[in-house]
Amino acid sequence: MTTGATALTGPVQTTGELLGVKRVGAHHHVTLVAPGVAERFRPGTFVALRVGGPLSERVTRASYPIHRVRATGAYGGTVEVVLTVTEADAAARWLAAAPAGSALDVVGPLGRPYALPKEPVTCVLVGEGAASAPLFSLAERLRERGCPVHMLLGGRTEAHLFGALEARRATRGVTVATEDGSVGIAGSVADLLPDLLARTGADVVYAGGSTATLHAVAAAAEQHGAWSQAMLCGGDVAMPCGTGLCHGCAVPVVGEDGVTRMVRACTEGPVFRGDRVRWGDLGRVPEDAR
Amino acid sequence: MSDVDLTTALAGLTLASPVMTAAGCGGTGRELEPFLDLTALGGFTTRTITLDPRPGAPAPRVIDTPGSVLANTGLQNPGLQGFLATELPWLAQRRVVTVVSISAGTLGEYGELARRVGSSPGVAAVEVNLGGPSHDGAATAFGADPYQAGKVVHVVRRDVPRGVPVLAKPAPGAPAVDMARALAGNGADAVVLGAGCPGLAFDPDTLRPALGGGTGVTSGPAVLGQALRTVWEVHAALPEIPLVGAGGVRSGFDVVQMLLAGATAVQVGTALLGDPSAVRRITAELCAELECRDLASPADLIGLGHLPPATERDPA
Repeated sequence: MTTGATALTGPVQTTGELLGVKRVGAHHHVTLVAPGVAERFRPGTFVALRVGGPLSERVTRASYPIHRVRATGAYGGTVEVVLTVTEADAAARWLAAAPAGSALDVVGPLGRPYALPKEPVTCVLVGEGAASAPLFSLAERLRERGCPVHMLLGGRTEAHLFGALEARRATRGVTVATEDGSVGIAGSVADLLPDLLARTGADVVYAGGSTATLHAVAAAAEQHGAWSQAMLCGGDVAMPCGTGLCHGCAVPVVGEDGVTRMVRACTEGPVFRGDRVRWGDLGRVPEDAR
Repeated sequence: MSDVDLTTALAGLTLASPVMTAAGCGGTGRELEPFLDLTALGGFTTRTITLDPRPGAPAPRVIDTPGSVLANTGLQNPGLQGFLATELPWLAQRRVVTVVSISAGTLGEYGELARRVGSSPGVAAVEVNLGGPSHDGAATAFGADPYQAGKVVHVVRRDVPRGVPVLAKPAPGAPAVDMARALAGNGADAVVLGAGCPGLAFDPDTLRPALGGGTGVTSGPAVLGQALRTVWEVHAALPEIPLVGAGGVRSGFDVVQMLLAGATAVQVGTALLGDPSAVRRITAELCAELECRDLASPADLIGLGHLPPATERDPA
């Protein structure tokens, strides 16, 4: 069952199928058959999945940024997401353990994608752990536009890095950082970014990671006079429905008019201009918010 | 679907079906549009609108609880002016049967909201949310006391044009029969019952309430039984009052159960969070439920559950 407009825009709701789950270091790489989603995909959009199977008592959805899509192939359109299983995340636990062939309802692609530059400007893509996943499709699109792309990937340990090998194959410059120094430079991506920005003279920074990391990335970009685009899905902003219905994922964002509004990360985002998000007030409702 | 006609008469309105959306679960309408035909809904209930914009409650606002969610959004909304300028026209243009949910802190504010919403083009009905506007959806002075709630409805009914029905929705946990009597007695054209219970959950790390707003409302399949019981009791005591059953509806048979208990129509809320096309599916299931029982209209089921059990066959 597929719904949606005939034009290839906006989300569709479809009964998908779990094609396979691959362990990648500390993460799980999940491939879903989800007809209709791939054709509408743009880097930075996400899928909202109904997890737990037919007997689940779970009411909400779980949202993950799309890593990659394949529009055609032996199985029809597929969508790939990358997740990290934690004790608190029952949805990720289920997805990681679900047998191939499991049916699950998929809604997507949802949200506003990463904004692409009109000119072939230099871009730095910063990713932390599994939140790096959406940056690879983005890198492809940027290269198609003639943008020089540098990637900065980080993680707690080598196992927590995602896509470092693929990045090396695909882009001009890759910098890898681990907090324990097990591979690459010892430190966080936030530590290394200012130097990379200075070295590359990047005009735009695209980021995925924890809100603390995104905050640091946005600050570094601003200091270097670069635009930043931060992804709030797949990090630590909860999205109960993913479709804009529940108003559960509201974050304080400053508008063009200078007014702070609580906006839904799923519909106004998940990608925001880094200089627009009131990072220090995430989780709160600022006094002056409307 | 062959002979089934879902057309439903509710408080002077003629609805395409008895299945409506519930306040606060359908976004602005735009978010649902990719997934279903909004004009096929029995009605679209807006999020609750207050006179001034409200930025809402701190995060987290919605958390998973078994078979339910616990939520406190703090009634985030753009305020009356923002709603009339940006949200209502979109719905009106598409001829969606729009029920506007309103909430206020004083009788004067209720009056102003009623006047301005009630006289706006494209408003099919006004729903008074007596659970707000306190942060947690718990009963305020208005919501807890049938006498005070009745006064609110009296003011709203007085200030909303005659042709626009007023639905009244008591606060979660309010004494339903006394409340329904007071609301209908003060001019409510229908009473919306059962939408959630007062709820609470704790965070395992902080050992404090898990919701940013502290307490909240539990809704979803887990509260269906409570909702059915509430509708049942109010219909038994006050069979002449039209009721809209809300709380945990997620299937065609859930609608049938609400009708059996005494509801004329239902509202679907939390089910939309997991399945944005739920109303379309539920409506199709309702058709099938009626068809397999040789019933032509959902109205044939209203209150039927209160009758003694039907005998298997006529004694020959």
